[in-house]
Amino acid sequence: MSINGKSYIVGIYEHPCRAALDKTLPQLHAEIAKGALADAGLSKDDVDAYFCAGDAPGLGPINMIEYMGLNNVRHMDSTETGGSSYIVHVNHAAQAIAAGHCNVALITLAGRPVADAKEGKPTRYYNQQAPDFPFETPYGPNVTNMYAMCAMRHMYEYGTTSEQLAWIKVAASHHAQYNEHARLRNVVTVEDVINSPMIADPLHRLDCCVITDGGGGIVMVSPEVAKSLKRTRVKVLGAGEAPKHLAAGQVDLTYSGACWSGPKAFAEAGVTPADIKYASIYDSFTITVLETLEDLGFCKKGEGGSFVSDGNLISGVGKLPFNTDGGGLCNNHPGNRGGMTKVLEAVRQVRGEAHPKVQVRNCDIALAHGTGGLLGSRMGSATVILGSEDA
Amino acid sequence: MSTDQESKINLVVNSESKPYWEGAAKGQLLIRTCNTCGKVHHYPRTICPHCFSDDTAFVEASGNGVIYSYSVTRQAKPPYVIAYVTLDEGVTMLTNIVDCEIDKIHIGQKVRVKFSEAGDGYALPVFTSA
Repeated sequence: MSINGKSYIVGIYEHPCRAALDKTLPQLHAEIAKGALADAGLSKDDVDAYFCAGDAPGLGPINMIEYMGLNNVRHMDSTETGGSSYIVHVNHAAQAIAAGHCNVALITLAGRPVADAKEGKPTRYYNQQAPDFPFETPYGPNVTNMYAMCAMRHMYEYGTTSEQLAWIKVAASHHAQYNEHARLRNVVTVEDVINSPMIADPLHRLDCCVITDGGGGIVMVSPEVAKSLKRTRVKVLGAGEAPKHLAAGQVDLTYSGACWSGPKAFAEAGVTPADIKYASIYDSFTITVLETLEDLGFCKKGEGGSFVSDGNLISGVGKLPFNTDGGGLCNNHPGNRGGMTKVLEAVRQVRGEAHPKVQVRNCDIALAHGTGGLLGSRMGSATVILGSEDA
Repeated sequence: MSTDQESKINLVVNSESKPYWEGAAKGQLLIRTCNTCGKVHHYPRTICPHCFSDDTAFVEASGNGVIYSYSVTRQAKPPYVIAYVTLDEGVTMLTNIVDCEIDKIHIGQKVRVKFSEAGDGYALPVFTSA
């Protein structure tokens, strides 16, 4: 069963805070739910489906449904695929609405890694019973050096350069200057990125995303409910999700699960990469964007470096405006999970409500892509394609 | 995940991983092979991830391989090198490159296993220039 045209995004909310020392994690979820429902013009009693991922405390939906007083829920989903979870949730909510299981779905993400670090609490937890744990953890893997190895191999196979990767940060910074809530609002140059301290070769500090608190939420509804609301509705046209893993030791770090999630989403939406007017691309690191753009078919494999150069991702300048909110690289990466904010900016673009300086003209079709876990090695990819009512 | 050197030798020894660590303690790099499909895999599992047979066993690898990719974690004190090394047997494993001039490490470099002490009589397979 196709989800094309069977559901709409009618409410979004991005928490404005970037450090949440005075707020608890459940409180952030509830503030976000309140904001997203207000944006949609709906109340909490309208919600009959709730979606959350591993950031939600306790037993996820069970604890959060109680805390928020969502008394009419008849469908729930706590799929956890790291930062890509919320794009998987959009897909699953669309499927549930299309199947008639629910009419008003609420998705929330919240996190407070900045506050947790200040309070001396662990900001990341990796289960020792994960099967890979005994054989990998002793070598000191962390998010940065694992993504760095993808970049190192991509450079080796395709001649990609640090300067090309830097263009991705430059484009994000051009957009972030207009976002009053962005964590980093200064426009940077290729030289600024290259000259920033090396964190894990070949990734510099400015190749890395920000660490922020806060989160975001989405309200999705059936076509009948959407038509009863005043808000500009954004149609869900297609979606795809895919795991990628180390294949029992056949490691290839140069591509991501986007090469499977992307084609599924494009086929369901009935569009091609050439139809996409705006793309939100998961940007935990610059290399994440580069590999994803190749895998989604915006350019050939190995040509991502030249594709992203010379401002090609800058709105109003290049051919593929990306992450016009400043992305995870400059704006927000709440709870170390960037999939939610990818959807939010794509919705703003289709609504025509992005900042005027970065709004893409006639943005009738947009894409949002999420990456969870570790790029190229053990990861979950998710792609969603959104459109205006006429798309 | 850990970022500091101290937790790097915090081995998790469980029923599935124990023979691997006992082999390493004796100076053997073990990989898991399947007696049904004949393919090797890493990290080791009791049920073959290729064909789902439960007839699997540890075999000793040659200990030779090449660097598939690597990165230097510069902010650690001291900096350390994480790498994926492709063994001659065909599987690629996460490891560290040690006892090398860091700035001369490169993809495609031939490396050879060695064992660093991990406490409690255990050892950790790492690699150095061949």
